[in-house]
Amino acid sequence: MSVNLEHYLIVGAVLFSVGLYLALAKRNFVAVLMGIELMFNAVNLTFVAFSRFVRSPNPLDGHVFVVFVITVAAAEAATALALAVLLYRVRDTINVDRIDLLKW
Amino acid sequence: MLLPLGSFGVITLVSFLGLTRDGSWSPRYSGYLTIAAIFVAFALSLWALDGAIDADGARVGFDGHKWVVVGELDVHIGITLDGLSAIMLVVVTSVSLLVQVYSQEYMRGDGGYNRYYAFMSLFTASMLGLVLASNIVQLFVFWELVGLCSYLLIGFWFYKDSARRAATKAFLVTRVGDLGFLIAILIIFSETGKLGIGDIHEAAIAGAVGSTALTLFALGLFAGAAGKSAQFPLHVWLPDAMEGPTPVSALIHAATMVAAGVYLVARFFPVFAESDEAITTVAAIGAITAIIASLLGIMATDIKRVMAYSTISQLGYMMMGLGVFGIVAAIFHLFTHAFFKALLFLGAGSVNHATGTFDMRRMGGLAKYMPVTFWTVFIASMALVGLPPLAGFWSKDEILSDAWDDRPWVFVVALIGVFLTAVYVGRMLFLTFGGEYKGGEESEHGEPGVHSEPHESPTLMLVPLVVLAVMAAVAGLVNIDDGLKTLIEGWLPRESEELVTHGGFQWWIALSSTAAGLAGLGVAWLVYGARVVESDRVRHIAEPLPEILENKYYLDWLYEEFFVRGLVLGGAAWLLSLWDRYVIDGAVNGVGTVARWSADQARLVQAGQAQLYASVMLIGVVGAIAGILIIDPK
Repeated sequence: MSVNLEHYLIVGAVLFSVGLYLALAKRNFVAVLMGIELMFNAVNLTFVAFSRFVRSPNPLDGHVFVVFVITVAAAEAATALALAVLLYRVRDTINVDRIDLLKW
Repeated sequence: MLLPLGSFGVITLVSFLGLTRDGSWSPRYSGYLTIAAIFVAFALSLWALDGAIDADGARVGFDGHKWVVVGELDVHIGITLDGLSAIMLVVVTSVSLLVQVYSQEYMRGDGGYNRYYAFMSLFTASMLGLVLASNIVQLFVFWELVGLCSYLLIGFWFYKDSARRAATKAFLVTRVGDLGFLIAILIIFSETGKLGIGDIHEAAIAGAVGSTALTLFALGLFAGAAGKSAQFPLHVWLPDAMEGPTPVSALIHAATMVAAGVYLVARFFPVFAESDEAITTVAAIGAITAIIASLLGIMATDIKRVMAYSTISQLGYMMMGLGVFGIVAAIFHLFTHAFFKALLFLGAGSVNHATGTFDMRRMGGLAKYMPVTFWTVFIASMALVGLPPLAGFWSKDEILSDAWDDRPWVFVVALIGVFLTAVYVGRMLFLTFGGEYKGGEESEHGEPGVHSEPHESPTLMLVPLVVLAVMAAVAGLVNIDDGLKTLIEGWLPRESEELVTHGGFQWWIALSSTAAGLAGLGVAWLVYGARVVESDRVRHIAEPLPEILENKYYLDWLYEEFFVRGLVLGGAAWLLSLWDRYVIDGAVNGVGTVARWSADQARLVQAGQAQLYASVMLIGVVGAIAGILIIDPK
């Protein structure tokens, strides 16, 4: 059994859904960040898969894109974790349900 | 012909100068300046009159200058100088001049001296503008301006409650008539598209205006004239207007402004002559006014109010004269009336100066103390009654004979009016100047204090009296050989000129009016002079007439209680307030309530939780993609 584009896409979709569920449903801010990370990786996987299986005049575009996403995601993760630390210091919690200052 | 305009400018300038109140401006200067300006205007008016006589009364004015042009609306501001306006100019400026001279003394020491002269010059300027207007809109503007001046001057002593009330009343009542005037302007504009007075005359004569519209136009104009000239049923403001200073009453509420209504009807005589209904209305209203006002004059106890009623009834005479196509007679009467009525008012002011009261029951015997005032007032009174050879005789006689020619019933009414006039004039004379002095009161002006003994007024006040007395005596002679006829008629279009009535001098009419006048004086002498008949007994016989007269035909009551309090406040205003409170306010508050309620509901969505927002976003994105796929599955 050979591994085709569909398999990569299914894995990517499952990963993305899991990440989305985490980001929307988890109360823990760090878990939410992990969900977001998962979604990044799902997207990266999809990019690489398309880049591998679809013929194009610029075959490396998908790979380059992924490298950029990983870089930006690293920066994002650092910022977000710093936010989490500060949030914990100020509010004594990292439960996102309690962070509703924009309410009404 | 620019010169009357120049004088108008001078006086307007004076008005503003008079209003400045910096320390270097002594109050006396505003008086001198006003008198000087009006004297120049008077001289110029005489010149204008000379020009008008040379032109046989035909129009020598010019159409000035574009004023407002908006689409079809084209208003040219201009000057009409013809026989009619020249006569009015002379009347206005001469009476104004004499009154200003008189006021120098009369108003001495009054705190509002500057203000008084400013208003007086503004009034004179507006009146000249009214007379010279060549355009109905221009006329209306000045018409309202004189109304404003009248308001300001009636309420001159604004710290008196009665003066304030009288001023407001005068303003509101004349406004009822002015509404008619405004409607008339709109009618004629929508019918012909023209606003120049000459153009309107041409259109009316050429039959370019439908007869209903023409009648409505004329009646609207007459409503304005009735308001300004205090014709029944809008006459109620004039007696109250006597709250103003007496020289104001003499100038505005006797000689000039109230004559503006008569002038207006005369100015639009070609239009009225084309509409039978309109001119009959003029005659009828004039007749009613002449009678009811002179009856009221018999009952009034305030000398100025007697004269106010007399003014109303004389204005009724002028309207009657116009109503029987006797434009020459009417304007002639306006001319003579201005002199003797101004004189009567100034005489009343002089009497007040001496006794401090206007109540005739507190005067008496003044002939002994104030001979000059007495004789001048006597001459004016006899002119008012219409005894030959004084001014009133000639003009009143002309109205009578015109009336006999055109509508005999008007003649009968006018003759009764002559009798009644004589009765109240006689009563006024006997009460004021006959018998014993009965006290008096504090003065209405200047330094307070009761005079122990009445005294003759200062020379500055007597000079205008004497000049006016001479005019009252001889002014009637100018028309003895139809001298005014060409002057007054000359400007009329040929078609209208043919309609003018010329009763001519008839011995029996002259004799009967003189007899009626003497009879009236005789009655007054019996009751108030010799006291052969007790006035109480006369009152008893005439029941219930005296009560009706004392309540002024219940017209004030009708207006205030029924129209204002009942219909306006009780009906219209009540409905409007309900409408306001529930419909207008309801709509406004309703918008607010709905917005607030929906916001209350909608704000619950904003929970402030990022995950919720993201979930909603997810649903939205999924929904949108699903929607696109369903609509366009490819």
